[in-house]
Amino acid sequence: MRMLRSVTIGQHIPGDSLIHRLDPRTKILSSIVLIVLLFVVKGFIGYGLVALGIALVVRASNIPLRFVLRGVRPLMVILVFTLTLHLFMTDGRIIFQIWFLKVTWEGLIRGLMMGTRLLLLIIGTSMLTLTTSPMQLTDGIETLLRPGKKIGIPAHELAMMMTIALRFIPTLLEETEKIMKAQMARGADFQSGGITQRAKSLIPLLVPLFVNAFRRADDLAIAMEARGYRGGEGRTKLRELKFQRSDMMALGFVLAFALVVGAFF
Amino acid sequence: MSIRLENVFFSYLEGTPTSQAALRNVSLEIEDGEFVGLIGPTGSGKSTLIQHFNGLLKPDSGKVFVDGVDLTLKDTQLRLIRQKVGMVFQYPEHQLFGETVLEDVGFGPRNGGLSEEEIVKRVREALAYVGLDYEVLKDQSPFELSGGQKRRVAIAGVLAMRPSVLVLDEPTAGLDPAGREEILAEIKQLHDEGGITVVLVTHSMEDVARFADRLIVMEQGTIALDGTSLEVFGQAGRLKDMGLGVPEITELMYELKAHGLDVDTEILTVAEAEAEIIRVMGWGCQK
Repeated sequence: MRMLRSVTIGQHIPGDSLIHRLDPRTKILSSIVLIVLLFVVKGFIGYGLVALGIALVVRASNIPLRFVLRGVRPLMVILVFTLTLHLFMTDGRIIFQIWFLKVTWEGLIRGLMMGTRLLLLIIGTSMLTLTTSPMQLTDGIETLLRPGKKIGIPAHELAMMMTIALRFIPTLLEETEKIMKAQMARGADFQSGGITQRAKSLIPLLVPLFVNAFRRADDLAIAMEARGYRGGEGRTKLRELKFQRSDMMALGFVLAFALVVGAFF
Repeated sequence: MSIRLENVFFSYLEGTPTSQAALRNVSLEIEDGEFVGLIGPTGSGKSTLIQHFNGLLKPDSGKVFVDGVDLTLKDTQLRLIRQKVGMVFQYPEHQLFGETVLEDVGFGPRNGGLSEEEIVKRVREALAYVGLDYEVLKDQSPFELSGGQKRRVAIAGVLAMRPSVLVLDEPTAGLDPAGREEILAEIKQLHDEGGITVVLVTHSMEDVARFADRLIVMEQGTIALDGTSLEVFGQAGRLKDMGLGVPEITELMYELKAHGLDVDTEILTVAEAEAEIIRVMGWGCQK
């Protein structure tokens, strides 16, 4: 049960590097550009250049490489799967053949390309979540979505929901631990028994958890209203997002880089 | 049913940078039939300590014995221990889940594998202990009850296991004065008539002064003071340094003494204070 306490939310690693200090909107937009670029680029030279760009960003962020690679681990299976699938399923010049399994040059190249594309995609976008706190991220998303209000996207509400959800994850974990302990003190057993038995044993945990969550939600709504919350209209911010010159430069650089690499490679 | 702790150390998040010692070399013994008050400032380790009494937490090092059984051994049947050492957590009404009061209060006995008939008997008995009527409440949803009633139903859920030790973590927090009095009186009755060993965690010096035979004061994960109520409240200065205090009536007697009235400061209740003041002032003949 002490495990519950050690769960950390997101993978943000605080720091004060050039990348950390960038406006979250710069980083979100750059990530989008990167995603598009990776699907436009068609050759290994292009991938090499993108990899070089990402490597520079990683270097500038001062985040140890092992944290960056940690994000890749859960997706290792997909990477290997993609590679093998392309290796065996593409027609072309045969390198060697085992029974009905043909390995082709085309397959090898396409597999490697897809693998590289995925790998760069993961590492590149994880730079966003590694260097940006969840709060900044929601702030950034809210501001970016704001023009979408005209077509009915509730930007502020979405951001507020994300903020509250993030804020309450640790609280709910703590609460879960408390209720589990209280029910265990009454002889509840959450570990043994078959699937049905175990699912049933969760009722004494889940019912109070939900009841308390709704109670908290009510309390929070009242507390927010008591402090004058009326939605996003006319609301000012403590931490205004500001585009600095460095943001302009970073965005400009990313765009130029993407245009050049995308057009020629 | 005795509880014995030997050199218990415990820290949360052990092995991580944020690790903090919650208990540091705690040894104590609680004898059968005692009424122990456990006090201490917030974060002094009270809640951590009591969770060692029924094996919800296991010490990093040291031993815990309940009735001679070592809880730190791997093959100890903690479920049996938890039937014997009943634990009422803070705001126990936050753990209610049953569709009916009967189902909720019967949860403990049902986990103990008792027959339906025996469960009903236990529930009836437990509800009676906390001053509730089984016939009226058994089919009601616990969520529809008033705050004080919910608290009682939750306490009954622990009593239904017929524990021989009852550990309560601030059982009166958030109740009105009448509700507090009733719950405390019921606990006192369980101790006096039911012969149950009680460990009461509280911030109210008045409550422990009135009910507990023995006081244990925790400070920064260690036992700072351990003795009878009179012995502990005799150390008013020490308690104040910790951010605690003495019961108001004891405080009054200290003040009277400071102002030159030669009263005894070993006073814990209003009745004792009244008698002492009458004695010192020589009003005895008028009464």
